Order: sequence, then structure tokens, then C-alpha cells
Amino acid sequence: MSGDDEVRGRVLEVRHGAALIRAARADVWLAADPSWRAGDLVRVVDGVGQVVRSFAGGDYPAPGTEVARLGRGRLTTLEARARALATLRRYFHEQAFLEVETPLWVRSPGLEIALDPVPADGGWLITSPEFQMKRLLAAGLDRIFQVCRCFRNEEDGAQHQREFSMVEWYRAWEDLDAIAADVEQLVAAVCPVLEGRPVARWGGRAVDVTPPWPRMTVAEAFQRFAGFEVVGDEPAAELARRARAAGVDLGDAEQWDDVFYTAFVERVDPALAALERPLLLTDWPLPLAALARQRADGAPVVERFEAYIAGVELANAFGELTDPRIQAARFSEELDARRTRGKAVYPADQRLLAALEEGLPPCAGVALGFDRLVMLATGARHIREVVAFTQDEL
Amino acid sequence: MYDTSDIRKGLKVLMDGNPFTVIEFQFVKPGKGAAFTRTKFKNLLTGAVVERNIRSGEKLEPANVEEKSMQFLYKEGDDLVFMDESTFEQVSIRRDMVGNNWDIMKDNLPCSVLFFNERPVDVSLPTFVLLEVTASEPGVRGDTSGNVTKPATVETGAEIQVPLFIRVGDMIKIDTRTHEYVERVNK
Repeated sequence: MSGDDEVRGRVLEVRHGAALIRAARADVWLAADPSWRAGDLVRVVDGVGQVVRSFAGGDYPAPGTEVARLGRGRLTTLEARARALATLRRYFHEQAFLEVETPLWVRSPGLEIALDPVPADGGWLITSPEFQMKRLLAAGLDRIFQVCRCFRNEEDGAQHQREFSMVEWYRAWEDLDAIAADVEQLVAAVCPVLEGRPVARWGGRAVDVTPPWPRMTVAEAFQRFAGFEVVGDEPAAELARRARAAGVDLGDAEQWDDVFYTAFVERVDPALAALERPLLLTDWPLPLAALARQRADGAPVVERFEAYIAGVELANAFGELTDPRIQAARFSEELDARRTRGKAVYPADQRLLAALEEGLPPCAGVALGFDRLVMLATGARHIREVVAFTQDEL
Repeated sequence: MYDTSDIRKGLKVLMDGNPFTVIEFQFVKPGKGAAFTRTKFKNLLTGAVVERNIRSGEKLEPANVEEKSMQFLYKEGDDLVFMDESTFEQVSIRRDMVGNNWDIMKDNLPCSVLFFNERPVDVSLPTFVLLEVTASEPGVRGDTSGNVTKPATVETGAEIQVPLFIRVGDMIKIDTRTHEYVERVNK
């Protein structure tokens, strides 16, 4: 008997005496045996079918099985996720970007104080592919993008998994505005994945993501939503004094970044969540420079924006720091801070510093959380709804 | 001490000298900043709900609170005497801790008593108690317009407003949240 005469697959539905069977190459309608139920695994040879494994009579999907774990809703979001990924790749190819893949295992992951990299075999898993992608820019690639897994320990919540998917891209010889336009167009292209309209969904709300998006500086956001001034050159104690005077519950926060983010979480975050449109939060204070360059006019702010939709922090972008001396100084400050605050320490990436020394062209880049983008596009309320497996399901 | 990774629903912590229980929490991590646990706490003494953002690394002090299943035994002056159902230990609690419900508490009523630093601070009664009517004037016939009620005395001595059809010997259900009659129950 030739294989062409045999169909094996799962019965998706039974209607009017016919069954839709998901088989190896396609979904096919075949005459159904009256005993068949959705979920049954069946085998049809020369038009005569038999049930290989029956779920009829019991619960379908049976509790605890993979079919039950995934469920209909999650299956739908996984399909939307795949289409979002295809849309995204199409956008980058149209913009003449080159897709690259850089290693996930590294010797020197990101050094920012808030990062907790996952140790692996004497090295670490990347917290972002930033350092290696910048080396590619230094090598002469001008527009590159990557979709990869990043790893950050101790992150677990409705918008966080230890392992998550990041879309990261860079434009050499271009500035932050070009990156902002990318983010806006990409989100507007991906969000219609379910409904055909450029609308993001979050907690039952709909947010129109049509470009261009409103912008607001960090200073303005703090003045309006937190009720105190943030400039970027004030000492931590002064910032804490202003925050307390505005009634922010600082707890024992003393460091500049802790004071800033405590006020951010208490006052700014809820205000951003209530906005009716996406927001690009720009001009971040110098103490939160990370890998961004200071604004050219000397103000104590850096070329950095974060994109928020319904309060979800979707992307973080930098006008990239290309000066090797300033970068080396920041690395060493971050290392000191990690030591004093009891965080894991590891060597700064010397090959990145060498690449900056050789000459990194002026460039801008961004990291965008792909899982969150899919959540916004599908209205999912928890990251578990948009990934095949969470860390708890392993 | 607890840290943010210990936060879960029902965790009892001490803040500003008051015992709180966690009723809701959410992991948040802004930008490149520290992680926070946005936490809603309920004050176990007042019931007031407060929200606090606990920064990763901050410590929370455990509150010495314990909820015990206890049986109400008897009244003694202005005190109510309860017995721990597992240790049989007895404890006297001021009657105003149950508000005006002390007069509808019958012997052996199962309650739950919250202890803070070994001292009783709150008593939870069952939502409903069943009591027998021991005295009540017969209802006046004919007057059935609206929700007409009459006073009735129950076996614990409390006076409760009841509908006119209630007679001596009837068993009635009383809501301890409102201290009011709910319905007549069949014996």
C-alpha cells in the first residue's frame, strides 16, 4: 500500500458526517466514522478510517496533556506571534537591514546595575546582544537587526520571564529620530496582526498606535506626574530631598537611580499607563546614561528614549556612545557600583572597547521586547499567553 | 526578615508597628532600574488597604500574628471567654472587640481569633448564627403593610427586630455583619 492512500492525523472538527483532519501536509475533509470526536487521532486507509487513539468519552483535551496546556487561546497567540515575526523581518528587509546572529554565551555581559545575568559554564548568557552587534558596526555593517533570546535572572512576572525574546537593531550614520520612526512603523505594522487595525490592546483598553507618537522628556514627565524636578546633575541627596518634599515614599532609597525609579514606579508609571496614545519618553538624565551619549549641547541628559504603550515599556533606544574613554570610565563606575551593592562582577568587554577605539561610526540603536509586542498586538494579559513554554512549564 | 522574593498572598508583615497581610502583588521593573514588587497590604487591625512598592533588596519584617480557631465558652462580666480548639487553652477577650455582636453569641460558637504579639486583636464570627426566640408579643393581625416588624428576645438575651409571623420557639438566622434578622429556619 502506498503512503498516498493513508491519512493520519488529529480530528479538528466533525460536521455533517465529514471530519476535518489535520494531517501531515494539509488539513483535509474526509468522510467521518460516526464514532469520531474532535481530538481523536485517526488513520484512514483507502477511505476507511479507524481511531488510533480516542479522546471521546473522556475530557478533551484531557487535563494535564500538552493539548490542554496550550489551549485554544494560546494556540491563536502563537500563530499571531509567528505572523508578527514574519512582518517584522519583512520590514527590516524592506529597509535594507541585514539580519545577524551573535552568540548567546559570552564572557562579559551587560554591566548595568539592574542586570542579573545567568551564569553558564564559566561565562554568562547575554542580557542583550548589544556588545557583539556594535563590534559588527565597527567592522563596517551599517544596518543590522537581530531577533534573539536574552536572559536576565530573577525576572518573573506578567511581563517578565528569565528568558525572553529581544529585537535589537542599529543604524550607523543615523540618529535617534530614525530609530524612533522604525519603532513607530514596526509597531503599527505588527499590531494589526489580529484585527487588521493599528491598535494595541492592554487590559481591555485599545491604544491607537498610528505614527507619529507623542514625545515627552523625562524632566517634563517628572514635573507633571511626580511633582518634582529632575535635571540630571543634582546629587542623589538633593534628588531624594525633592522627592520626599513631593510626598514620594522613598523607603531607604539613597542612590540616585533608586530614588529616581522609586518615584518613577510610584508616580510616573501609573500616569503613563493611563495615556491614550503611545509615548516616547526622551532625554534621560545623565546618571541613567547606560550606553547612550550625552546630548551635544552639554545638558546633563543623554540621547535615549523609551517607548511606552499603555504603560508597557516596549523599547529602549540610545544615540550610541562611541567614545572609548567615556565608555571605559562608565564600565569602571558600573563595576564599582556592582561590587558595593553585592551584584555579580565580571570583566568589562575589552573587545568592545577595542572596537570603539578602532572607530565605531556614529549610530543609534534600540532593543524592543518581542514578547511584549505580541502581548500588545493580541491583547494577552500575561507573557505566558504568548510563549510556547514559560520557565515554570519546563 | 523577608525579602521581595518571599512576597506572596497572605504573607504577614510588620510596618510602622502595625500588622499587615499581603492581598495582591505584581513584579515591576522599569527601564534599566531596579526591580520592584508593587504590593497591596491590608492592615489586620483596621482593615485599611495600602499600596507600597517594595524595591528588590528591601527587607520586610515578619509580623508575629497567628489566627487560631477558638470556641466561645461563656460571658464573664464585660469579657468573653474563648477556648483554643487544639490546645484547650482559655483566653478572656474584651467584649467590645466583637462590636455589638456579643449579645448574639451562644456557647460553643466556633470563632477565629487573630493574635498579634500573643495578644488577641480581632475576633471573626461566623457570618450567620441561629438562635431560638424566647419571648415576643404576638403580631397584630391585619397590619401587614410594608415591612412591619416587632421586637423579639432570643436565647442569648439580645433583642432583634423580626417579622410579625415569628413566634416564641421559632429558630431564626441572624447576620453577624449587620446584627439583623435574615430568615426563619426549620428546626
